[in-house]
Amino acid sequence: MKKTNNMVVPWLLLLPATVLLAAFTHIPAVMTFINSFYRTPRGNRPARFVGMDHYSSMLSDPVFMAALKNNAIYALGTVPAAIALSMLMAVIVNSAIRGRALMRMSFFLPTVLPMIAVANIWLFFYTPGYGLIDQFLGLFGFHERNWLGDPDTVLGSLMVLAIWKEAGFFMIFYLAALQQISPTLSEAAALEGTSRWYFFRRVTFPLLMPTTLFVMINAIINSFRLIDHVIVMTRGGPDNASTLLLYYVYNVAFRFWDTAYASALTVVLLAVLALLAFVQFGVLDRKVHYK
Amino acid sequence: MSAMTLSHHAREASFWRVLETGACYLLGLLWILPLFYAVWMAVHPPAYEVRFELLAPLTLQNFVDAWNAAPFARYFLNTFALITTILVCQFVVCTLAAYAFARYEFPGKTVVFMLVLIQLMIMPEVLMVENYRTISRLGLVDTVLAMGLPYMASAFGIFLLRQTFLTVPKELDDAARVEGAGPLAVLLKVYVPLARPVYVAYGLVSVSYHWNNLLWPLVITNSVTTRPLTVGLQVFASPDQGVQWSVISAATLMTSAPLLIGFLLFQRQFVQSFMRAGIK
Repeated sequence: MKKTNNMVVPWLLLLPATVLLAAFTHIPAVMTFINSFYRTPRGNRPARFVGMDHYSSMLSDPVFMAALKNNAIYALGTVPAAIALSMLMAVIVNSAIRGRALMRMSFFLPTVLPMIAVANIWLFFYTPGYGLIDQFLGLFGFHERNWLGDPDTVLGSLMVLAIWKEAGFFMIFYLAALQQISPTLSEAAALEGTSRWYFFRRVTFPLLMPTTLFVMINAIINSFRLIDHVIVMTRGGPDNASTLLLYYVYNVAFRFWDTAYASALTVVLLAVLALLAFVQFGVLDRKVHYK
Repeated sequence: MSAMTLSHHAREASFWRVLETGACYLLGLLWILPLFYAVWMAVHPPAYEVRFELLAPLTLQNFVDAWNAAPFARYFLNTFALITTILVCQFVVCTLAAYAFARYEFPGKTVVFMLVLIQLMIMPEVLMVENYRTISRLGLVDTVLAMGLPYMASAFGIFLLRQTFLTVPKELDDAARVEGAGPLAVLLKVYVPLARPVYVAYGLVSVSYHWNNLLWPLVITNSVTTRPLTVGLQVFASPDQGVQWSVISAATLMTSAPLLIGFLLFQRQFVQSFMRAGIK
């Protein structure tokens, strides 16, 4: 009696969570995969098995290629910059500098704000001629620029905004890690006359490595997941120069209503995320989380 | 002679120190500047958008205009309904699951736990195409419930609470059971009270996430009566609406105000919550 009771209770406890997770994560993920091999049903034309058609047309789809390239540039540009800045911020806030509570607030505030709010504010900064950035650069004799309207600058402009928004969030993780480092290490180093830069390079930085890996994975996930600013500021334009992968999925699914092709695009996104999961579970978590 | 070089060195070192400190403050200032600027635009007449005069007249007119230009009261109500629904359900669902993972042994436990953790990577909005289909089959499109459902079983919450429950001494659990308490009574009387700081931490993280969430609500809502603030703001501030920048700034600050004020009041708790959630 006791034995069966012990078997039933955990499953009852897990029931709500597993039903919800299956309904909104696992089954949709599998269905996305299956639907990517079918044609979108329209009117009285039913869904038909088309095999790899969507995937082969993807290869000749310039918008998809642009989205993939943009997303790679976006991730490669924002992730290292956000990591370096957030590490610097954490070191500053963790030092004996006066007004560090204010500094921490200043770094962290952008994180609390909705991305859409932030995007609205920055939209004005980037306004050609009239916006704050052009006004500032105008002081030094630069000509006005259409930051968000020029394919050469639009992605960079979005990246700057993303770094500004995210660095403070990652700072928190570094701050937590820095506070775990024993102060005796830096005391010993100070006695030896070690320079602070040397100490940071040889002691602090390696000790922060697990945090850096954790932050890196999350930053990469965010670079594929967060597209609010694209929706608000550029709608992927001009000429798809700022289209990110998930934004393209959104467009194909909810503007063109081609859900099958959107599913195939989602599969690519899932493959990227699965690769990241593999890295995290395989390399990282063994060292960081599970005790 | 040697004393002189020493003081020279010391002076040089302190010069670099001052420069370094100055650079730190500059970074802090640079980071807060966009927000200061948004406040500047919001509390001054449009004529002062890019004219910085110390004595520029202050006004609240932009906030009044923004409030009257769109049904923000309704949007606030919708957001409150959304985050309350999500938070209550998350607490219940995640607590139960975390308890099972922390204190029970059953076949398949590791596999199920791994399946749960998948959601850390694949957030519901990535699967929006299929999730939209599911929600419309359930007949729930354009409801508060639809906005919240995909997030109610949160892998992050389950993981966080499981880690906390694991630290609760088994003896407390056993003692309560000896006294005849059932699994749920033990959970409510022993585990939940001990995990209170973690609930606060998770609550703050969850509220700020869903207050700010745009994509999924944008996909699943289409009317004023369900739209949360973020979607309302998106509709309101679309460039083709031709709304003035100062009014957009006011609307932007207004919609983020509760979070901003909450953050400024409880800064320490906020930062510690995010830290706690991050360390795991």
